[in-house]
Amino acid sequence: MDLGTIWFILWGVLWAVYFILDGFDLGIGSIMPFFAKSNEEKRIMYNAMGPFWDGNEVWLITAGGVTFAAFPKTYAVMFSALYTPLMLLLFALILRGVSFEFRSKVDSPGWRKLWDTCNFLGSFLPALLLGVAFANIFKGIPIDQDGILHGNLLTLLNPYGLAGGLLFVALFAHHGALWLAFKSEGDIHDRAVALAGKLWPVVAGLVVLFLVMSLFMTQLFANYLVNPLLFIILLGAVAGLVLTMTYRKAGRILASWGASAVLIGSAALFGVVGIFPALLPSSLNPAYSLTIQNSSSSPMTLAIMLGVALVFVPIVIAYQIWTMRTFSHPVTKADLDYEEAY
Amino acid sequence: MDTLMLSRLQFAFATFIHFIFVPLTLGLSILVAVMETKFVRTGDETYKRMAKFWGKLFLINFALGVVTGITLEFQFGTNWSRYSTFVGDIFGSLLAIEATAAFFLESTFLGVWIFGWNRLSPKLHCTSIWLVAFAANFSALWIILANGFMQHPVGYVIRNGRAELSSFLEVITNPYGWNAFLHTVTGSWALAGFFVIGVSAWHLLRKQHVDFFTKSFRIAAGFTLVSTLLVAAVGHRQGNIVAEVQPAKLAAMESHWETQKNAPMYLFAVPDPDNEKNSIEIGGIPSLLSLMAFNDPAAEVKGLKDFPAEDRPPVTLTFSAFRIMVGLGTAMLILAVLAFIARHHPEEASHKLLKAFLWAIPLPYIALQAGWAVAEVGRQPWIVYGIMRTKDAVSPIAAHQVGISLAAFFVVYILLASLDIYLLAKYARSDPH
Repeated sequence: MDLGTIWFILWGVLWAVYFILDGFDLGIGSIMPFFAKSNEEKRIMYNAMGPFWDGNEVWLITAGGVTFAAFPKTYAVMFSALYTPLMLLLFALILRGVSFEFRSKVDSPGWRKLWDTCNFLGSFLPALLLGVAFANIFKGIPIDQDGILHGNLLTLLNPYGLAGGLLFVALFAHHGALWLAFKSEGDIHDRAVALAGKLWPVVAGLVVLFLVMSLFMTQLFANYLVNPLLFIILLGAVAGLVLTMTYRKAGRILASWGASAVLIGSAALFGVVGIFPALLPSSLNPAYSLTIQNSSSSPMTLAIMLGVALVFVPIVIAYQIWTMRTFSHPVTKADLDYEEAY
Repeated sequence: MDTLMLSRLQFAFATFIHFIFVPLTLGLSILVAVMETKFVRTGDETYKRMAKFWGKLFLINFALGVVTGITLEFQFGTNWSRYSTFVGDIFGSLLAIEATAAFFLESTFLGVWIFGWNRLSPKLHCTSIWLVAFAANFSALWIILANGFMQHPVGYVIRNGRAELSSFLEVITNPYGWNAFLHTVTGSWALAGFFVIGVSAWHLLRKQHVDFFTKSFRIAAGFTLVSTLLVAAVGHRQGNIVAEVQPAKLAAMESHWETQKNAPMYLFAVPDPDNEKNSIEIGGIPSLLSLMAFNDPAAEVKGLKDFPAEDRPPVTLTFSAFRIMVGLGTAMLILAVLAFIARHHPEEASHKLLKAFLWAIPLPYIALQAGWAVAEVGRQPWIVYGIMRTKDAVSPIAAHQVGISLAAFFVVYILLASLDIYLLAKYARSDPH
C-alpha cells in the first residue's frame, strides 16, 4: 500500500475517532436543556464530561492538522470553500469551550443560564454542521478547478446535507445519553437509559434514510461494488446499531456505548471509503476533485509524519484510555461538592 | 477593504487575543507545578492551597487560550489557502506534530489534574501538572518552529510550485525558530512571574493572608529574575539572527535608512518613511547599532534605502514596537531585581514598591505583544520570508465573508476576553482557602 493510501485511511480514522469521542460531549450538551430538571442535574451532566471533553476536542485539532500536513491542498480548499459553515462551527466550539470553565465561576442563575445556552448551541450546532459538511463532502461539493465554491451556505443545506446533519445530531444525542447513563446513578441514570431507548428508533430510521439517499443521490457505493469486502463497514454499522440496543436492554451500558461508538465510526468510514481516492469530490466535474494523487504532501513528509503518528498516537490512546478508566465512576453528590468540579 | 486586508486584520486580531492568554499558561503551569511539588515534599498544606489558588487562575486563563488557539489553526485554511497549499508540506507537519505530541498531553492531563485531587496519589497528581507544564511549553516549540519557517525558511526545495520538505532535520533545528522559542517562553515565564508577584503584592498591601502570599511571592521572585535575565540575553541573540537573515527587518526595527559601517543607534528617533529618513534623531551613540547587531562596532549595517520599496516592512510600526519591547524589558529587569531583593520579607516592603509590583502586571503583556508585532509586521511584505508574499497567500474568497467573520471575531473575542479578565481579577482578589 502506498503512503498516500495509508494517510487517506488514517485521515478517515482520525475523523471517525473525533466523532466517537467528542460525539458524546456534543450529545450531552445537545440533550441537556430537554433532560436536566435542576441545576444539580445539569452539574452532573457537565461533570460527566468534565475530565474528558478537552482531550476529546484535540482529536479535531489533530484531524485538521493531519489534513494540513498530509493533504495541504485538500486542507486549503476544504476550509476556504466551506468558509462560513467552518467559522460557525469554530465560534460554536469557542462558546462551548468557555462555558465549562465560566459557568461555575459566578454564583447567579442568570450567569449559569447564559453559559447553559452557550453550551447547548456549542454542542448542537457543531453536531449539525459536521453532519451537513461531511454529507456534502460525501456527495461532492460544487468546487471548480481553482477550488472556488460555486454556491453558498444554502447550497450545502440540500436534502442530503440536511439528512447528514440530522443523522449526526441523533447519533451524538443517543451516544451522549448512553455516556450520561454510564456516568450517573439513580433516577438520572434510569432516565438517561430511557432517553437512549427513545432516541434509538430515530437513529435507526435516519441511518436507513441516509443509506437509501446515498444509494440514489451519491456515487458512494461504486467502490463497494468494485470491492465487496468493503461491505464489512456497513455490516459494522448494522452490528453497532443492533448491539447498542441489545446491550442497553441487558443493562450493559458501557458495552452499549461501545456499540454506539462502532456505529458512529462506521457511519463516518462508510462515506470516507466511498469517496476514495478523493478527499474532496467536486460535483461540477470529477476532474476538479481533490484526490490523494493531486493534493498530498511530498513522500518525505508523508513518511516522517507516519513515523510521528505511529509513535505518538498509540501513546495518546493509552493515556486517554487510562484517563477514562480513572474517571469511570458515576458522578455522585460528593463529586459535585468537590471544589474543582464544574 | 479587500479580502487580503480583512484577512490580515482578522488574523492579527485573533492572534493578539490568543496571545493575551497563552504566555501566562506557559509560565504559571510551571509555578503551580513547583508549588505542588513543595506540597508533596514537605506535606505543608499551604503549598497545596497555593497550587489550588494559582491553579484556578491558570484554568480561567487557559480556557480562553485553548478556544482561541483552535480557530488559528483553521484560519490558515480558511483565509490563507494559497499559503497552506504552498507550505503545507512543512508548516502543516509542524502543526500536526504539535497536536499529537504536545496538545493531547496538555489537554488530557489538565483534565486529570482538575478532577484528580482526591482520586490520584499526591505524587501522581503532581506528575500530571508537570506533564501539563512540559506539554504547554513543548507545544510552543512546535508552533514557533512553524513560525520560524515563515521567518527563515530552511530545509525545503521549490518543487511542483510549492515548498516541499528536503531536510526535516534542518526544519526542526532552524536557529531562528529555536531562538525565537527561547525568547518567547522565557518572556512568558517572566510574565507569569510578574503576575504572581503583582497579585501577591495586592494582598500584601492589604496585610491579608501574609504567610500565603509571602511564600507565593518568594517562589515567583527567583523564577522571574532568572527568566527576565534570560529573555534579555536570548533577545540579544535574536537581534543577531535577525541582522543576519532578515536585514530589512533589522533596518526597520531601528529605522536605519543609510547603509553604513559603525552604524549609530539613536536614543530617540521619529521615522519619516515617505521621505526615507528620520525627521528627528536625538542621542546618537556611535557604532552601537553595529555592535548590537553584529557584535562588532565596525560592522556594516544595511539601510532601508538599499531595499526596493516593495520589500520594506512598515517602518514606523516595527520601529515603535521594538522600542516599546526593549524599554519595557529594561523596566522589567529593574523590577525583577527589586523583587528578588525583597523576596524574604515582601510584606515589609514599602507601599510604593508593592504598588509598583501590582502595576507591573501589564508590562510584560505589552512587551510580549510588541515583540510579536516586531516579528510579524517586520516580516512583511513576506508571508514566507523571501519566497512568498503575503498578498499572494490569501484565499480566493469573497470579501464580505471575511468582513462578517471579522466582525464576529471582534464582538465575541472582546466579550469573552473581558469576561475572562473580569474572572481573573475576581479570583485573584479572592481569599485562598
